Amino acid sequence: MSGFEEPSLSPSKRFILMASRLWAWVFLALMILFFIIAVPLFGGATFLSVRNSQNILVAIVPVLLLGLGQTFVIISAGIDLSVGWVMSLASVLSAHAIRASYNAGVPLFLAVVLGFLAAVGGAALVGLFNGLIIAKLKVPAFIVTLGTSFIVRGMALLFSENTTVIGLPAGIRDYGNESLFYWVRGEGGGFYVLNRPEVSGELLRQMDRILAWPVVITAIVVMLCIFLLRRTQFGRHTYAIGGSMQAALRTGIPVDTHIIKLYMLSSATAGVAGFLSTLRFTAGSAVIGDALLLSSIAAVIIGGVSLFGGAGSIIGTVIGALIIAVLTTGLVMLNVQAFWQFIVVGAVVIIAVLIDQSRDLILGRRGRGS
Amino acid sequence: MTEPVLSIRHMVKRFGGLVAVNDVSLDINAGEVVALLGDNGAGKSTLIKCVSGVHLPDEGDIRFEGKVVSFPKPIDARSAGIETIYQDLALANNLDVPANIFLGREMKNSYLGGLIKTLNDRQMLTESEASLAALEIQFPSLTQPIESLSGGQRQAVAIARAIYWKARLMIMDEPTNNLGVPEQHKVLELIRRLRDQGVPVILITHTMPDVFAVADRIIVMHRGRKVTEKRTSETNASELVQYMVGALDDTQAPAV
Repeated sequence: MSGFEEPSLSPSKRFILMASRLWAWVFLALMILFFIIAVPLFGGATFLSVRNSQNILVAIVPVLLLGLGQTFVIISAGIDLSVGWVMSLASVLSAHAIRASYNAGVPLFLAVVLGFLAAVGGAALVGLFNGLIIAKLKVPAFIVTLGTSFIVRGMALLFSENTTVIGLPAGIRDYGNESLFYWVRGEGGGFYVLNRPEVSGELLRQMDRILAWPVVITAIVVMLCIFLLRRTQFGRHTYAIGGSMQAALRTGIPVDTHIIKLYMLSSATAGVAGFLSTLRFTAGSAVIGDALLLSSIAAVIIGGVSLFGGAGSIIGTVIGALIIAVLTTGLVMLNVQAFWQFIVVGAVVIIAVLIDQSRDLILGRRGRGS
Repeated sequence: MTEPVLSIRHMVKRFGGLVAVNDVSLDINAGEVVALLGDNGAGKSTLIKCVSGVHLPDEGDIRFEGKVVSFPKPIDARSAGIETIYQDLALANNLDVPANIFLGREMKNSYLGGLIKTLNDRQMLTESEASLAALEIQFPSLTQPIESLSGGQRQAVAIARAIYWKARLMIMDEPTNNLGVPEQHKVLELIRRLRDQGVPVILITHTMPDVFAVADRIIVMHRGRKVTEKRTSETNASELVQYMVGALDDTQAPAV
């Protein structure tokens, strides 16, 4: 019999290993606890409130959407540096599509659908371009997507009208800002589903929007991504390519096609982000995504996706995006000068990678990507 | 005598001016382990790559199971039933055992008339357990990433994968390299088991003890040519070394 012995880990190592997998959850929980206590004491505000929780959810939408596609790409041991500007381009394209079709007499809802298709379709074309050059011409993803980000930046600015596309139908504001539930506290208030209550004055100030449409759409995209990564052949092959390119090639996985699809997916989620920002601000902006690229990569890394590929999860990225948003919001509510946010987020990113590496050390891996 | 499983006649492979494989003919029969011996650069890897579809030979015939075959790509050799296990094993270390056995050929559940397909992990696990059991391989856990497995265990996964996908000829490149001694024995035992189940194995190696432990027949190459072919029982290590370094050569007149 060929019984192979199990390479065993000591209990203490097992504990560290488990802790390193769960640290992001623990960190998020401790941070929320800290702000719940500290914000009322030092900031003179309430951290734990319906409104604040909803603000945080709305705030993570763009970072998370950019991070979702990026998660797939980084698990495959690639990187997509173009997603920030792809989001901008998508925002501009969707604004044009909505304005043009609405002005041509298309009903508002259909115009919004056309805007969505323009945003995601335009973004996916950029992804196709990235993927073709990376997969077929074997140019490193870092270089290709860096180059594309400049090209797309130029295109976004060219297609916009002095950075912003305005004159959109006012009605689209509802799609970007209204929500699934409404809760009006106090006398004459109540809980409303789908229909915004007609309230004014003090009651309007008491009204909380719960699960704004962009949050709902993002949640749907998150669930689709979880399904795709965990339950389908597409997800399995993404892990395989990131874990061992040689194994993927030798076992007959269509690696080139898969890589092209990955970059299209990455661009597409950035396209959804651009579309939602157009709805939210009732305008297309050619600069909206610029600052979000690095935050989205930070969210992915904090969430435990290995930059060397082969490991990571969608839930991790959601946690990573939440950590950044909670940290930023909490520090603002503590009246900490805004610059400190960057310093803290940067420190968290480095700590996340250190924890990831210590896990490899415990498992006795000689380094990732080999 | 029954027909050989693999039969190579007058194979030549050149790289520019270099003749890497020079007029080599050989037969591999069902149920035997053949060791392919030779120093670095003797041409054994090139020969094997011609059989496994990595290179196209410039001259000569390959017959597999009686038919003349040509493999423009590795996948063609593989779908014909020739499985090559290289030293890197072509395993994804971040995935578990079933995921590796079914890599690229995953089992799926279909929903909505095939519109949505999900991985059938349960079925793949069951099948993996069965295929490992058929080879009498026991693992503590199949559902952990295989990076936590030892080198010998990973070798066993690669072999189980090949067998699951109905390999009818196995080519193994230095399978005991980088393994501890107990693990070497286990891998050699697996090779014997393959032979007993009727799957012939070509073993590329320059580890003499491996050769005498499992090989029925030995082919020695030197500078692209096949210099001898012997039954294991008819030779010894020092004679083989002489063939490997070119001191002996059956194809030429004996050196004076």
